[in-house]
Amino acid sequence: MKRRHVEEGIMKLLMLFSYTLLIAGLGLVLLTVLVKGLPALNLAMVTQVPKGGYYLGKEGGILNAILGSLYLAAGGTLLALVFSLPISLYLQAYVRRSPWAGYVRLTLDVMWGIPSIVYGAFGFIVLLAMGMRASLLGGILVLALLELPIMTRAMDEVIRMMPTDLEKASFALGSTRLETALKVVTRQMLPGIITAILLAFGRGIGDAASVLFVAGYTDRIPTSLFRPVASLPLAVFFQLGTPFPEVQQRAYAAALLLTLIILATSLGARWLAGRLGKFTIR
Amino acid sequence: MTANGRSIKPFSAEKHLSRRSRDRLAEVTFFLLTILPMAILLAVVVALVVRSWPIIEANSMGDLLGGKIWKPQQGKFGFFPFIMGTFWVTALSLIVAVPPSLLTAIYLSEYSRPRTIAITKPLLDLLAGIPSVVYGVWGIVVIVPWVQRINPIAARYLGFIPLFKSNNPTGFSILSGGLVLALMIVPFIVAVTYEVLRAVPEGPRHASLAVGATRWQTIRHAVLPQCMPGIVAGVILGASRALGETMAVLMVVGNIPLVPNSIFDPAYPLPSLIANNYGEMMSIPLYDSALLGAALVLLVIVLAFNLLSTMILRHIVRRMPR
Repeated sequence: MKRRHVEEGIMKLLMLFSYTLLIAGLGLVLLTVLVKGLPALNLAMVTQVPKGGYYLGKEGGILNAILGSLYLAAGGTLLALVFSLPISLYLQAYVRRSPWAGYVRLTLDVMWGIPSIVYGAFGFIVLLAMGMRASLLGGILVLALLELPIMTRAMDEVIRMMPTDLEKASFALGSTRLETALKVVTRQMLPGIITAILLAFGRGIGDAASVLFVAGYTDRIPTSLFRPVASLPLAVFFQLGTPFPEVQQRAYAAALLLTLIILATSLGARWLAGRLGKFTIR
Repeated sequence: MTANGRSIKPFSAEKHLSRRSRDRLAEVTFFLLTILPMAILLAVVVALVVRSWPIIEANSMGDLLGGKIWKPQQGKFGFFPFIMGTFWVTALSLIVAVPPSLLTAIYLSEYSRPRTIAITKPLLDLLAGIPSVVYGVWGIVVIVPWVQRINPIAARYLGFIPLFKSNNPTGFSILSGGLVLALMIVPFIVAVTYEVLRAVPEGPRHASLAVGATRWQTIRHAVLPQCMPGIVAGVILGASRALGETMAVLMVVGNIPLVPNSIFDPAYPLPSLIANNYGEMMSIPLYDSALLGAALVLLVIVLAFNLLSTMILRHIVRRMPR
């Protein structure tokens, strides 16, 4: 055995060890949430809003937070989509590799890295300046800010994979850039676009720090855009902060629910992308 | 105009023009939309600067950034403990996360079979999307009790090193925060490093293997030197994630505004400071301004990190064969 072969063996062992360690560590997170959350999960949790004394361990559920989170994330995702689809189509169909496209991408990358707590603080300033209180609308706006760079960059990366032949064929038939973008590019790249949308949705629904300031928290299901709204991550956070074990149990259950929603979103994206992939030209 | 009974519409110049003008209109609209991200970025910076201006005016920059005392009731706003808290937690998470992440990325890119990658990559994507409160729950359930248990042992055997000496009995500490953060940034660092390694062309690899080098020798001498900037950028990206991470850290780090001396001490990073005090900040003069100032400090640090790593990665991707 030469020294370099020993070295090779040691490094390979180290790599396998780190790989196993990381996968095990990350698996442990999922396992912990499952083991802790599953016993506390019951039908009342997902069908009732908190009743009197809920935070002391009395009856009720977290339907307010589940619905609140879905409203917030769905609203934020829709709003982000309205801006991010045109922006990513523009980057590809109109300017492609011009310096302007580079600046826009750079800005989006930088925005992606801004901590969500900073978006929350910014949203808070804007709400104050507009004389509004913490509300569903505020939460949706801030989540849209958070999701916009994620969704746009993800779509941009997808649309970049557009086969140029197809685009050229569309131009050759006399269609304009807009028609090509809307009717050919969007259609062909639909699976990836859906994935990008659901990726942003997952980020939005899981984020707590941004909505902490602007969405508030309430035990009721919101009936208007101008009412405060509860959210699942904050439900986990607040319930875990109480000194009562029964309530902490519910925090674990809420964390499990949140993880399941993320998992469903991720799997749903894969499934949808697969389904829609049938309608694309290869 | 009629052939076999059906009317054929003549080519209409008007219609054609309107299609072209629609295209132009869309171009202008879309262009205006692309200004939006820059406007938002600018608005965030300007809003934070404007709102934190009172505190910057009331105290000197040195007093704010270097001040060690945080007593809002007495009008003392020193950011130093929080900046140090952020620094310690981030540094610790990088020390823990970077070596195994790099080795894992090298393993995935150079050694593993395609099937391993096909399983691992979606898993990493999924884990990158797990919300931070879930990591926080894991931290409270698993990491904090563990740190609490090893703290006395570490103090007994390693207490002569100041870094390990502490009498904090709770387990809510920098070590807990660092470990939770480390696991959170692993998927990012692995993903970026893997992409960077894949961007190295096969030529040098084959050449090196052909002259009889072992795989590890090939990686060390033919692959790694080329992707050092990319790996650095990936690590910086991970660091900027760690810097801004709020909820998971907030839940396990202890939140006591003192400058930490040991990894078993509690700390109070900037994001936690902002998140914990938003409710009461309107009641004390200058308090809201100080908290938004903390957000500004955080933003400036993160922006610097992000710009740096994005520039480096951009440069590398441009060299990449498509």
